[in-house]
Amino acid sequence: MSSPLISARGLTKKFDEFVAVDAIDFDVAKGESFGLLGPNGAGKSTTMRIIGATSQRTSGDLTILGMDPEKFGPQIRAHLGVVPQQDNLDMQLSVSENLYIYGRYFGLSRKFLKAKIEELLEFAQLEEKRDAKVESLSGGMKRRLTIARGLVSEPEILMLDEPTTGLDPQARHILWDRLFRLKEQGVTLIITTHFMDEAEQLCDRLVVMDKGKIMAEGSPAQLIKDYSTKEVLEIRFGSERNSEMANQLRDMCERIEELPDRILLYHEDGEVLLEQIYSAGLHPKTSLVRRSSLEDVFLRLTGRTLVD
Amino acid sequence: MSIVDKRRGSLEIIDSKKIISRGSLYVAQARLTAMFKWVWMILAIAVANPVLYLLSIGVGVGAFIDKSAGPAGIDGVKYLTFLAPALLATAAIQGAIDESVFPTLEGFNWWKNFFGMNATAISGNQIATGVFLASLVRVVGTVVIYWFVMLAFGALESSKAWLAIPTAVMAGVAFGSITQAIAGRLKDENVFFVIFNRFVMMPLFLFSGTFYPLSSMPGYLQWIGWISPLWHSTELGRYLTYGHAMTQSMAITHTVFLFSLLVIGFFSSRRVFTKRLAK
Ligand SMILES: Nc1ncnc2c1ncn2[C@@H]1O[C@H](COP(=O)(O)OP(=O)(O)OP(=O)(O)O)[C@@H](O)[C@H]1O
Ligand SMILES: [Mg+2]
Repeated sequence: MSSPLISARGLTKKFDEFVAVDAIDFDVAKGESFGLLGPNGAGKSTTMRIIGATSQRTSGDLTILGMDPEKFGPQIRAHLGVVPQQDNLDMQLSVSENLYIYGRYFGLSRKFLKAKIEELLEFAQLEEKRDAKVESLSGGMKRRLTIARGLVSEPEILMLDEPTTGLDPQARHILWDRLFRLKEQGVTLIITTHFMDEAEQLCDRLVVMDKGKIMAEGSPAQLIKDYSTKEVLEIRFGSERNSEMANQLRDMCERIEELPDRILLYHEDGEVLLEQIYSAGLHPKTSLVRRSSLEDVFLRLTGRTLVD
Repeated sequence: MSIVDKRRGSLEIIDSKKIISRGSLYVAQARLTAMFKWVWMILAIAVANPVLYLLSIGVGVGAFIDKSAGPAGIDGVKYLTFLAPALLATAAIQGAIDESVFPTLEGFNWWKNFFGMNATAISGNQIATGVFLASLVRVVGTVVIYWFVMLAFGALESSKAWLAIPTAVMAGVAFGSITQAIAGRLKDENVFFVIFNRFVMMPLFLFSGTFYPLSSMPGYLQWIGWISPLWHSTELGRYLTYGHAMTQSMAITHTVFLFSLLVIGFFSSRRVFTKRLAK
């Protein structure tokens, strides 16, 4: 394997005394799609901004495209496409002007941009809004424009911070499709998301962060294998009885998670476990057997669910 | 076939050296594109402002003052002629503040579009410089229009009068760049605006020898003029438009004062922008 495109060692960011990113190590290879997962405040966006060569790290080593962002910020950023968590469009400009001006920031020519803007408007499904002021767009439309804007320079590395938050299912799938195609063309993707299906779909490899630290790293399948059982049984006894029942069930499975509305029982074979529960004379109101997902890994590692 | 399939990639299509040398111009272009949406409004203000002020105060109030001052006039000229250079400088300063404070607050606090710019190869220094350049364009436009209105009112008596254009522009952008640096540090701008308008702008306007010579004010208030870019610019303007008496060393002092302010404002706004973006 050639040397990694991004390499971080002991990467740390402090805001005054507060440690937002705590000595993390990771590498990202060219063409890889790398995910950052973690609960609110884990330090994902802070990490993204540091990799984006804007926010300055407090300590540690970082190279991106072989350069140190502290010394070569503009040279690195020339090859990044950034979709920040919060849209930061130019509200005084129209939709197409936003794309044009952003392209100008990369020194791209008017001729190139003219064709590029058409393509991006189509991708973002904003052709009809091309002359509308950004202020008048809906939240999802602004999001789509921000994503399209990040593609204007045909970046080597595309960084997406919760890209699909606020998008409808159709727009999400259009984006996923686009990202797959970019990946096929060798573009490196860095993604944070709170949607586990998205992470499973898009990421070759991901890290789970919490409180500024990396808790685990691996491919989605590997993480599920390492941190969860093959199957999960979800049962409900009704919110008052859940915790009482959980105590009785604890010994029947590998691990148990009590959520406000349901109990998750981790077991290699959910149906077998359910049989055992019935034979023990317990009768949950509802039950569901499913395969483990990243959601379960996340819960295990951070003690938090993603959808509260 | 969409362009996705023809992708060449940033390594091929982007020249980061070009961005490093011209980035400020790209930022200025963005600012001017936004400003141009208001071009008729800006032009209307640029024309109406001098016409209304010079008519009402210069001609209207001036008639009374000229009568009581007699043939000696104020500072040897009609009140209109005396007043106009001060209003010219005021308009320059106002225009510069508009084009530096508001974009800066938008960029950092309201819409955060500076963070978007900075995610490209554009640096904090270039954003600050670009905002400055765009405000310079606006100030030059405002001052030139003002100057022609003064000409139409017969308020320009000296052959050096055209030099009042660059001095007023310098005063405007000097003040603008200082406020740009301050705005770049603001997290909560509301309190700032109240204080700034009441305790900085108003006193400067009233006590900078705008309506009467600074020397006719009590000594304990004259210091306001000395720290006011408006006064320094007004003095230069009077000297240049009608030959107000001024020693060479004073002319140099005024110029150096304004120029130093400009240099300080320009470089500190660059530093403030860069630091804030790197947080
Ligand atoms: N500019 C800043 N000044 C001070 N503290 C900050 C700043 N930016 C982030 N933080 C703090 O750093 C921590 C990590 O924030 P960050 O935005 O990286 O989290 P996140 O993982 O992206 O969370 P979310 O899922 O909510 O987007 C938080 O506790 C946050 O309050
Ligand atoms: Mg975040």
